Amino acid sequence: MLSDYAGVMARRGEIIRRSVGIDYERFESGSIGFDYEGMMREVGYSLEECRRIQREANVGDTPLLHLGRITALARKLAGPDRGAEIYIKDEAANPSGSFKARRAAISVYQACRLGYPGVIAATSGNYGAAVASQATRMGLRCIIVQEAFDSRGIGQPEILEKGRACEAYGAEVVQLTVGPELFAVFLRLLEQTGYFNASLYTPYGIAGIETLGAEIVRQLDRAPDAVVITHAGGGNVTGTARGLRKGGARHTQIIGASVDLTGLHMASDRDFNRKSFTTGHTGFGVPFMTNPDRADVPRNAARALRYLDRYCLVTQGEVFYMTEMLARLEGLERGPAGNTSLAAAFAIAQEMRRDQVVVVQETEYTGAGKHPWAQLNFARRMGVEVRRGDPGGAEPGRLILIPEGPEQVRARDYPLDGARRSLVRNALSRAPGPLSESDIAFLAEETQWSAGCVAEELERAKAK
Amino acid sequence: MARPHAGRARPGQWVEIHRVLFQPGERAPQVPPETASVPLEMRVRGFLQGESFARPGDGVTIRTLSGRAVEGTLGETDPAYTHTFGRPVPELMSAGEELSRAL
Repeated sequence: MLSDYAGVMARRGEIIRRSVGIDYERFESGSIGFDYEGMMREVGYSLEECRRIQREANVGDTPLLHLGRITALARKLAGPDRGAEIYIKDEAANPSGSFKARRAAISVYQACRLGYPGVIAATSGNYGAAVASQATRMGLRCIIVQEAFDSRGIGQPEILEKGRACEAYGAEVVQLTVGPELFAVFLRLLEQTGYFNASLYTPYGIAGIETLGAEIVRQLDRAPDAVVITHAGGGNVTGTARGLRKGGARHTQIIGASVDLTGLHMASDRDFNRKSFTTGHTGFGVPFMTNPDRADVPRNAARALRYLDRYCLVTQGEVFYMTEMLARLEGLERGPAGNTSLAAAFAIAQEMRRDQVVVVQETEYTGAGKHPWAQLNFARRMGVEVRRGDPGGAEPGRLILIPEGPEQVRARDYPLDGARRSLVRNALSRAPGPLSESDIAFLAEETQWSAGCVAEELERAKAK
Repeated sequence: MARPHAGRARPGQWVEIHRVLFQPGERAPQVPPETASVPLEMRVRGFLQGESFARPGDGVTIRTLSGRAVEGTLGETDPAYTHTFGRPVPELMSAGEELSRAL
């Protein structure tokens, strides 16, 4: 296998090129920058085209639900003038049960149009079932590659459920134990089958989410003051923000939210089953924010720092608590991972005025494995302690604290300027030569910093 | 009278196979020690190919749902999904009770 590994990794450029059908080279500048908007315009589908493709696929047009009782509780905690109206976009209503259906609908449509016999996606998240669901509708074969087990053969319940769902849609599911070698396995499958790489990070995938943002504006009949979006690889933030803007909401605050898993190693066989969330956490969220071009395509269409106004972290216990709150106060039973941004929004709403609106961008379906009971029972089995307590004392991998009351649900700000600094430094480390003015302009777009701020940061970095 | 093929998978039956893809020592350089010291294993499900019955541990070929022929070691026959909800979590139940009285 070792010689295969080296060989397939050496061929990765060619394999990826053949499997996504995009010539990334033509957008490159020759230095660190590339024409992002040009790529999105030429390669992606327009908002109207996405809407049409998704409607034909029975995807999108999901309900926007007013969480009146959760809002009332937030107001009770916040005091007389505070407590924004909280809405939630019920993406669980999509086929396959998550907003990922929007991305999959466009990617699979593209695969079909280009004449590929099948599609492959590497994901342990909801995207797998979304791709499988769309592929079977379009008559394409499908393989989903998951990181599912630790070396003892113990599977994460949430991932096992997602594998089951993929099979229910007729997809082959390749399940691996923990390790980044998954990428080589994925490449080899692409090479052997000639299938389309339904990557999360192509312009198709991002364009597919734009309809979600545009729907929010239309359904509210106004621009929301803030939208809270679960952040992992950055596609969710990017697509939703672009869609909000295309829908006319130019001043909506874009807030990313992730589960804080600081301290857990993402390639650790030991840590793998000591976390209760598969995606939507800092293990993806921070690396993808500071170094977007680390995905399975040469240029990532998901570039969260271009859009984020704020990034908040929540703990696992808070998300489970909010899942319970959603069920008991609003009569909505939804999957826990999909409530990460709900947890942040509950706290953030209390900072906002009563005449303002905050939208929680998603929900996901729930079921065996994708449920707080399943996850907490599993955590205990893996030696993680679970009890009631102030989540400020939580220790990822060791201790999950379920808040003692709603006032203990907090959104902790992650300093975006730190992430911007990292992005600039990472870009600098990859620069083939001295940076030009257009490189600096590119970095200004990447970070939402002024060109002056970027130049200052570059000076600081070079001085070290 | 003992059934001659008890415990075996028959041709065409839905089974799970596994195969080691990377041995310890062949792992990617960036993995931490606890990962580097264990193999990377693959599991796939499909329909047993060939004309003979097979026992767990046998080398077999399956045809997967995407139509691929994949070789590996036979594991479970009619592999079950056993992920579930589990027992009630008292911490969530008490939280739920409190929340229903919160307004």
